Amino acid sequence: MTPEPDLELVHRAKAGELAAFEQLVNRHERQVYSLAFRLLQNQHDAEDITQQTFLNALEHLNRFREESSFATWVSRIATYGALKVIRKRRGLEWVSLEAATEPADDRHAMPHPEFIADWRQSPEELVNRNETRRLIEAALGQLEEKSRLVFLLRDVEGLSVRETAQALGISEVNVKVRLLRARLQLREQLTQAFGDPTRRLAPHQHESMDHE
Amino acid sequence: MKCDDLLALLNDYVDGDVAPALCAELEHHLAGCNPCQVVVDNIRQTITLYKAGEPYPLPLEFRNRLHAALHERWQHAPTGDSAPTRASTEPPPDS
Ligand SMILES: [Zn+2]
Repeated sequence: MTPEPDLELVHRAKAGELAAFEQLVNRHERQVYSLAFRLLQNQHDAEDITQQTFLNALEHLNRFREESSFATWVSRIATYGALKVIRKRRGLEWVSLEAATEPADDRHAMPHPEFIADWRQSPEELVNRNETRRLIEAALGQLEEKSRLVFLLRDVEGLSVRETAQALGISEVNVKVRLLRARLQLREQLTQAFGDPTRRLAPHQHESMDHE
Repeated sequence: MKCDDLLALLNDYVDGDVAPALCAELEHHLAGCNPCQVVVDNIRQTITLYKAGEPYPLPLEFRNRLHAALHERWQHAPTGDSAPTRASTEPPPDS
């Protein structure tokens, strides 16, 4: 028997069936909790946001117009809730930090790839092993907060550059700079862990031997 | 095109946002530059890795609390138009 599609469950829940809503929660709670944990880097806050998200979704289910998937809808609720917590944590600091880190051209500070090698395992293999999964999450936790947020909103959740900029209250240029930095830093760390050292490649020496 | 030029365009290239003419130039560089090709592959894999993961299982105790809270809320305000609306917790529209 194929599992009932999310939208069917949504319709049943809208018609007043709590059990249908609970099935939706069962399906998506891990996704929402993981997203909240990654955004907030803290178990207690991640639990709060996950609970708020589903209570909120339950209460406002009739406003879900089914133009996106249920998964996307609850992800957005969780994201905006988590960002609110982060803003509260930082208070005014958010604004002042923004001013201090918005250079017109940040390219010189961009990290250059150092460890270049093919990975020994596929992404699918890596996410399914506890040990490598821990390493992957640790790398994310080491990013500077705003780079982590940009990466999660843009690359993991699939918001556009403009939507990411609006959600975080920063410029689109800043989103792009931070996204590149996040991608390069994560790549570096993961390749150091997962790259095949016997197949490591040297980066080009730009001064002497650039090829055109 | 040099490796640094490629780095500057890396985001747009990975996102498929590079104009066709420039894209051909980029791909010409990639065909002759193994390190850059591997970096691009690594970055694509990095994104895939984080997209695919739901790394944190719910603590069992929290899961029980969550479902209890849902039942509680349901009894006091079943979903529907009669549910009280709270501007501060309003979910974003799904469009
Ligand atoms: Zn190159």
